[in-house]
Amino acid sequence: MDSITQGFIQAVHLIIHLNPELFGIILLSLKVSGLALVIATALGLPLGALLGLRRFPGRDLAISVSNTFMGLPPVVVGLFVYLLLSRKGPLGFLGLLYSPSAMIIAQTILALPIVASLCRSAIVNVDPVIRQASRSLGATPQQETLTVIIEARYGILSAVIAAFGRVMAEVGSILIVGGNIAGYTRVMTTTIALETDKGNFELALALGIILLTISFIINALLHMVQKKGMVRTA
Amino acid sequence: MKLIVSHIVKLYGDRTILKDCTCSFDKQGTYVLMGPNGCGKSTLLRLCALLEDPTAGTIAYKENGTPLPPDTELKRRITLVLPRIGVFNTTVFRNMAYGLKLRNVPHAKIEQKVNETLAFVGLTHKKDQHALTLSSGETQRLGIARALVIDPEVLFLDEPTASIDQENTEIVESIIGTMKREARTMVIMTTHDRDQAERLADRVIRMKGGRIVE
Repeated sequence: MDSITQGFIQAVHLIIHLNPELFGIILLSLKVSGLALVIATALGLPLGALLGLRRFPGRDLAISVSNTFMGLPPVVVGLFVYLLLSRKGPLGFLGLLYSPSAMIIAQTILALPIVASLCRSAIVNVDPVIRQASRSLGATPQQETLTVIIEARYGILSAVIAAFGRVMAEVGSILIVGGNIAGYTRVMTTTIALETDKGNFELALALGIILLTISFIINALLHMVQKKGMVRTA
Repeated sequence: MKLIVSHIVKLYGDRTILKDCTCSFDKQGTYVLMGPNGCGKSTLLRLCALLEDPTAGTIAYKENGTPLPPDTELKRRITLVLPRIGVFNTTVFRNMAYGLKLRNVPHAKIEQKVNETLAFVGLTHKKDQHALTLSSGETQRLGIARALVIDPEVLFLDEPTASIDQENTEIVESIIGTMKREARTMVIMTTHDRDQAERLADRVIRMKGGRIVE
């Protein structure tokens, strides 16, 4: 109990005193996860729309794969990206291993199936009559797709926030491909793992509390978005 | 603009919905497709609105004797109001502006046209309200207004009063009546209400079992 209390006190102390190392770690965490999320959304939203709106051979298999990959074990992704980026790997010449870029790649792979699957789900839940109404008012197929995406916006935003929560809390893959290098690839989750190993529970707890606060904010946003969508359609 | 329906057949799977339907619509006015539920009225309307392709036969639009290609340009000169309107999850104004934005109408013109059309259907006071909070009668009027605001040359109305109360039915019929008097738009609508057909139609086309019988 003492450790938890100390953790709270140290968290407040670190935040109040604007500890530069701590803020560097938080900023890097947000940067890596934020960029991974932007890339995953840029790829996952069109993929979700394609799976939700178009019929093509292999679609059912693609949906099953996408849904299965929502639960990808982070260490497996880390191992896969490590093998790709290691000096002897096919992308080793890029020299990205143990860099924030490698961490962004790993987190993008983790976020992509979540964004794609949840976006598909949001899009297929749009009333089919919306597509007919859009077409009858003169929309081209592209405009019709855009209209459906706009109608599904609350679900899509929920998908993005859910994926952000997943990558922010992730440790396994970025530890493998980032290497937890102080001041370069050290983020909140990897610092917590390291400090716990060292027995420095107060700092680990302080970071845990900050991470939980960020997760709470993300979930509060998710709830607000869902509530807004529910009010609109009530 | 003239609409010619020639020997239309429509199958869904192995179910035949329309069987060799032929008719034409060549004058401004109100045409009413009448018949019992399941006789193929709505399917014929969707085919005429170019939202679906027939299994056999042709739907052709002609202007001054020249056939018009079934492209986006033609599709933007006609529109269908569905029995379930398909209200977009936004305000009444944005619902109204949708078709005009697709046509790249300038913002000031959109504002003006939306205001005029909302006044025409009696929904001016609902302009900034969320469209999903409208009553069913108001929703039906919004659907008609959303179609009218784009100045269609042919307006298809599929059972426009099927799911609304008497008061709103009278309002919708009055809107159709005004369009008929102004004779700017060819209105082709479906109904299974014989009295309504007689009140509104310049010509009634009767359907039964997937065929045009009269």
